[in-house]
Amino acid sequence: MENNYFIDSEFLSKEALERKHRLENDPASRTNHMEYMEGMEKIDSDICPKVISQMDSYDYKKYTAKDVRAALEHETCTIEDFKALLSPAAEPFLEKMAERARLETSKHFGNTVYIFTPLYIANYCENYCVYCGFNCYNHIRRMKLNMEQIEHEMKVIAESGMEEILILTGESRAQSDVKYIGEACKLARKYFRLVGLEVYPVNTDEYKYLHECGADYVTVFQETYDREKYEKLHLMGHKRVWPYRFDSQERALMGGMRGVAFSALLGLSDFRKDALASALHVYYLQRKYPHAEMSLSCPRLRPIINNEKIDPLDVHEKQLCQVLCAYRIFLPFVGITVSSRESARFRNGIVKIAATKVSAGVSTGIGDHESKYEGKESDKVGDEQFEIEDSRSLKSMYDDISGEGLQPVLNDYLYV
Amino acid sequence: MNDDKLIIGGKEFTSRFILGSGKYSIKLIEAAVKDAGAQMVTVAVRRANTTEKENILDYIPKEVTLIPNTSGARTAEEAIRIARLARELGCGDFVKIEIMKDTKYLLPDNYETIKATEKLANEGFVVMPYMYPDLNVARSLKDAGAATIMPLAAPIGSNCGLATKNFIQILIDEIDLPIIVDAGIGKPSQACEAMEMGAAAIMANTALATAGDLTLMASAFKDAINAGRKAYLSGLGRVLTRGASASDPLTGFLRD
Repeated sequence: MENNYFIDSEFLSKEALERKHRLENDPASRTNHMEYMEGMEKIDSDICPKVISQMDSYDYKKYTAKDVRAALEHETCTIEDFKALLSPAAEPFLEKMAERARLETSKHFGNTVYIFTPLYIANYCENYCVYCGFNCYNHIRRMKLNMEQIEHEMKVIAESGMEEILILTGESRAQSDVKYIGEACKLARKYFRLVGLEVYPVNTDEYKYLHECGADYVTVFQETYDREKYEKLHLMGHKRVWPYRFDSQERALMGGMRGVAFSALLGLSDFRKDALASALHVYYLQRKYPHAEMSLSCPRLRPIINNEKIDPLDVHEKQLCQVLCAYRIFLPFVGITVSSRESARFRNGIVKIAATKVSAGVSTGIGDHESKYEGKESDKVGDEQFEIEDSRSLKSMYDDISGEGLQPVLNDYLYV
Repeated sequence: MNDDKLIIGGKEFTSRFILGSGKYSIKLIEAAVKDAGAQMVTVAVRRANTTEKENILDYIPKEVTLIPNTSGARTAEEAIRIARLARELGCGDFVKIEIMKDTKYLLPDNYETIKATEKLANEGFVVMPYMYPDLNVARSLKDAGAATIMPLAAPIGSNCGLATKNFIQILIDEIDLPIIVDAGIGKPSQACEAMEMGAAAIMANTALATAGDLTLMASAFKDAINAGRKAYLSGLGRVLTRGASASDPLTGFLRD
């Protein structure tokens, strides 16, 4: 299956192609993915071993309908109960799980649904992650917005009424350094009530700096908690270092961020194990940092540019729904974000059960908000990371949420 | 009954039902206030701090006293900053202190709450601290200048009812301030019970937000709170917990 990911661009030089093929075919040509690179901070943390030992010993085939029924009857969902809810034995109980999940969601969040939008400010990347449209060997239009362009994008977004923004870059320290991201955060604070970041992992002091610049929420996706699989998918670049990525959220909290978000890209490896690890990552970190706000996302792999062969069907909507219900029952207090990779139909349904946050007015391209929001055409845009399914604007998302009897919320945040 | 008034910060209220507003659609606030007969509504400052076209503040009827809360604060210092911001936003002088260092259970931090209460009371706020029912803390809050004490009945959003009943009773018996039961009340019968115990008022949000018919539940709470208050004022009748009472008094042998 792995070979389905590999795409050779005709624009690569002979040397680059050779290097690429060597990385793909010869594991010995790749660096040790468990070893920190120079400059990467190593923190003293007990979270990772706890998560990994639970994940490694998780045998979801051993759970039965009886375990699932018991899990649904327990008032407090234990780790064992959660494992049962994620297992195949729970699939026939999906409706019951949804009922319980909806109750927990309404107890903790009422009928509120938060709306935000992502803003990609650069798509340069130094990593070779074989499944990603931004990967450094992929031939796409690269772009990095300057401050003036960023401010322009932000104005267009803010005028639509949006109050929360998530700033994203490709993972390139060289092209998008911490200072550059910090300046973008400062600008964002002028236009938005909450600024989140989804950028390459950095050290504690850098998170502290970005927090001072105005960011208060950090999202880092682990992609997969399966270290062997991770090694086969992230062939080159700093992102290859699995443990440095794992501790990102903890470093962000140590740096003073109020909240952190987590996820695996479901479908890269065994999704049940990845879902278990994602939730336990939240669970153990919350016990250590009880004041922190936590949220989970649930991306599935979707078609990407120059690569239509990936088949993400191992996580169907039913399984995704099961994972989300299990998350909600196990972690009733965490936010759950459902991305625009999912259809409007799925998102409309899942916000009634478990999700508390959705994006709207989404573009995963660079510098194209004006053309997307106002219909102005421009050829100076960067290519998109992935295709989205739900392209609703803020207004139509707002109206749809209200129409479902839920309460759209654009801001619930104060910088204090 | 008509002259039975609840006085907080020099303001008189005839209703003893305080309505939360964060968990249901803001368009329903007006109807809920009306059917609950509420004269006080709490609003999270962080929700009111918006440029959104529909600001929650616009949906609070004018005759209702607004009680901004400091949810989102993790320390006394943050709560103080939020309270000041509420004043700037035009929310008046009432403030409900909520300080949570725990995003899982949202249990209030009593120690930080005392610090914030003292500071804000000195700045002229009418301070209504949300707290875990601890007698010593309640005394400190009173000394710090709190206008009321708001102990939790159970974890917020849990609808569990009076899990801390015995400790709330101690506060009612010992603290000369209105004791307002906040958080965890899930049903009108539980609100009624707290009022029978002598609570000054009840605050609820989730119980209404999760009800099938929000405004009908609001009026059910109103009735239950009134019933409980009347029962308290009338002096509850004797309730035997065990056995029967002897018809011949045990002390009947005493002669002089």
